[in-house]
Amino acid sequence: MTTATQHNAAAPQEPALARTVVVSWKAPIAFGVITVLAAILFLVAGQGGEAVFRISAAGDALQLPEIVLDATVVAWTSTILLLAITVASALLVRSERKVPVWLMAVFAVVFLIGFLTWAAAGARTNVIPVAGLLAGALSLSVPLIFGSLSGVISERVGVINIAIEGQLLAGAFTSAVVATATGNPYAGLLAAGVAGVLVSFVLAAFAIKYFVDQVIVGVVLNVLVLGLTSFFFSQVLAPNATTLNSPPRFERIPIPILSEIPLIGPTFFRQTIIVYLMYVAVAAVYIGLFHTKWGLRLRAVGEHPQAADTVGINVTGTRFWNVSLAGAIAGLGGAFFTLGSVGAFNKEMTAGAGFIALAAVIFGQWDPIKATLAALLFGFASNLQNTLGVIGSPVPSEFMLMLPYVVTIFAVAGLVGKVRGPAAAGKPYIKA
Amino acid sequence: MKLELRGITKTFGTLVANDHIDLTVEAGEIHCLLGENGAGKSTLMNVLYGLYQADGGEILLDDRVQSFAGPGDAMRAGIGMVHQHFMLIPVFTVAENVMLGHEETRFGGRLDLPAARAKVREISDRFGFDVDPDALVDDLPVGVQQRVEIIKALSRDARVLVFDEPTAVLTPQETDELMAIMRQLKESGTSIVFITHKLREVREVADRITVIRLGKVVGEASPTASNAELASLMVGRAVELTVQKDAPQLGDPALVVQGLTVVDPIGQLVVNDVSFEVRRGEILAVAGVQGNGQTELTEALVGLQPRVRGSMRLDGNELNGDSVRSILDAGVGFVPEDRKEDGLVAEFSIAENLMLDRAEGAPFVKGGNLQLATLAEFAEEKVAEYDVRTPSIETKVGRLSGGNQQKVVLARELSRELRLLVAAQPTRGVDVGSIEFIHKRIVETRDSGVPVVVVSTELDEVTALADRIMVMYRGKVVGIVPGDTPRETLGLMMAGEAPNPEGAAA
Repeated sequence: MTTATQHNAAAPQEPALARTVVVSWKAPIAFGVITVLAAILFLVAGQGGEAVFRISAAGDALQLPEIVLDATVVAWTSTILLLAITVASALLVRSERKVPVWLMAVFAVVFLIGFLTWAAAGARTNVIPVAGLLAGALSLSVPLIFGSLSGVISERVGVINIAIEGQLLAGAFTSAVVATATGNPYAGLLAAGVAGVLVSFVLAAFAIKYFVDQVIVGVVLNVLVLGLTSFFFSQVLAPNATTLNSPPRFERIPIPILSEIPLIGPTFFRQTIIVYLMYVAVAAVYIGLFHTKWGLRLRAVGEHPQAADTVGINVTGTRFWNVSLAGAIAGLGGAFFTLGSVGAFNKEMTAGAGFIALAAVIFGQWDPIKATLAALLFGFASNLQNTLGVIGSPVPSEFMLMLPYVVTIFAVAGLVGKVRGPAAAGKPYIKA
Repeated sequence: MKLELRGITKTFGTLVANDHIDLTVEAGEIHCLLGENGAGKSTLMNVLYGLYQADGGEILLDDRVQSFAGPGDAMRAGIGMVHQHFMLIPVFTVAENVMLGHEETRFGGRLDLPAARAKVREISDRFGFDVDPDALVDDLPVGVQQRVEIIKALSRDARVLVFDEPTAVLTPQETDELMAIMRQLKESGTSIVFITHKLREVREVADRITVIRLGKVVGEASPTASNAELASLMVGRAVELTVQKDAPQLGDPALVVQGLTVVDPIGQLVVNDVSFEVRRGEILAVAGVQGNGQTELTEALVGLQPRVRGSMRLDGNELNGDSVRSILDAGVGFVPEDRKEDGLVAEFSIAENLMLDRAEGAPFVKGGNLQLATLAEFAEEKVAEYDVRTPSIETKVGRLSGGNQQKVVLARELSRELRLLVAAQPTRGVDVGSIEFIHKRIVETRDSGVPVVVVSTELDEVTALADRIMVMYRGKVVGIVPGDTPRETLGLMMAGEAPNPEGAAA
């Protein structure tokens, strides 16, 4: 009785709920399956030989030696390591503990090294140009990163943006036409942003003003933009390719000193203005979202619009303008297709990049930095497929084409598990 | 600041939620707005706060007419509101929530979090709140979240503070603390509008009482008025506040629960090693503040929870692990906590809702075909028996009032052959007239020899119905005490204090 009264007199305490660990065998099972596949691939289907990893590109000031790995040795060590990690994770789960993320990362890296060595050793040319692989990966990631930033902003403010694909495509088309007509790639870049905003306006108007299901509006917009650009491409651009569809491309601008760092320099700092703009955008969105008034209000509206309303924030306006901003960012990403890499608009040239960007948003847990990393991973998977195709690896090319999508599905379904997005994303705010 | 509402009228379609309401709150006064659920109290306050636009009437502050286009205007004029459903962003910290909407920024547009933290500390020190500005709101208990709401309002220099049903989520102790805070605010000159339907609280703090019924002001009362007077003013007729019941005719233990544990998706033991038994012809009331595991406990009893450990035996048969279907077939009736979410299909008619859990076979389904004539006959009979006020049995359930919806749920569950009734929050959001009716039916069910488990967060309901009371706190059973245990003891138990030995003996 006395203890009870004393407790009562003290400040009210709130003991946390007792916890137990909900064990999930997902990770060990996935590890196990991959380890078995790896063993079959590396040990049974491996033919020995050597794999050469070329770190430095031809024109680099600082040349690093090539790394030569013996395929048989790598096959055995990587398989054993994978097996060890699988066993370790199984033991962890059995003792009711979580499998740490770094262990998954180590597993992925070991598998990747094993796979690359195996693929290169069996290829026509057994050289993997690492610098080229990474630079190409970044290049493929650029539209994905712009797209995922667009998705992050839009979903954080409470509007699901399925229309990223359409915004990218609209950006690519408009930038090609405007840049060709004016002869100025910067005008093309600007026009791409405007095109993205226009697509967003439609999404915003229907989703925010008229409460139409956001996913449906987004899907319809994608189809609409695809149809429009394909129509104009075949009817207008293709017959007048020189006057309408041969935009000037952005020059690569090497950043002094930084671009001379081996491996990193050529990958990140010998790029066009769009890529540098992307670095700025990632940092700006991150700082903006989490350290400014703009970001605080944006997130409030996406989490609990009614609460935002009761403190005097204009929910509809905030949503409308930020969805528009998201469209502008995706539009810039679209410009990279025409002004940064390919050099001309092509029918359906985004090829699902918008949807991969959407996956990156979810895999990146609605965080701009993590979404960027996810986009880089997907870009890397795409370029791995290209590179292995070029060196003539033993994997059938049709199979390799699946790689980026297999990685996407594994990443989103397998590794992410349950994540919590913005609570009000996809829900229209209807005031009484 | 003096607040005056003159002739406020607000309609939603054909429904008149507020009909020419006049209300005056003097500076430094606690003015209670008393009325049943759906009487129009919250609508009135949302008009005052700028969330709704009135169709007629005016709002005056210190005798000056105001026009509020939105909550921003109302806040600038000095009106603050502590909402019934907290208007806090769960993933933000306390400081972020407090600064939202009037953020101060530093160089480069960055948020000035230190200033916001200092503000939270300053206000919480002034009222002795003990709130950590960097705590995530989601992690805070509801009582503390409410204080964050108060801090939020005060940080904007609110001179008129509206509390919309603030005690619904609090333990009796927390309620007492809130009352003290309200008095403290009043002494510092803040005018307070206190919305509630709980008579006890009104009499405790109010300086003046205005009673609203069906959107109209039906009278003023002084705090010295008796419960019966206030209740009859509120409902419009004399109300029986206590439930008439005889001593229970106890039979054998029917439901025996041992070591029941429910684990939520992130591994928390939301129900932690709970054991109890209910005998035939007995009502066991599960008391506790909302969110202490009662919801999960009732859901586990009908098989709606995954990850349940321990045993639940009904008349000797193990229920844990059975499907919902076989548990219902074993004779368990279930009145869910949220009838709109789990109890009814709003777009279905009353008749269809009455056969929802009996779509498997006779008498309503034969050879895969609905027996509509049988169903209509059954529905007419139940509507009459349960006094469901409806134009027809074909009316969509979503159109009915809360009380009538709940009667439909009850009619469905009680019209089966029951061996156990589990009723969660049976009278939440239900008018006083229907509460009387529902309580009577629950007691009748008990008297027919069925064991009953009633979950309620309302202490009045618990003490009115219970033969024994089980108090839950943080997923655990604090104690099981007799039905006539004093409210003070129950209040302490709801805050996690174990009962004294005399009480525990029962």
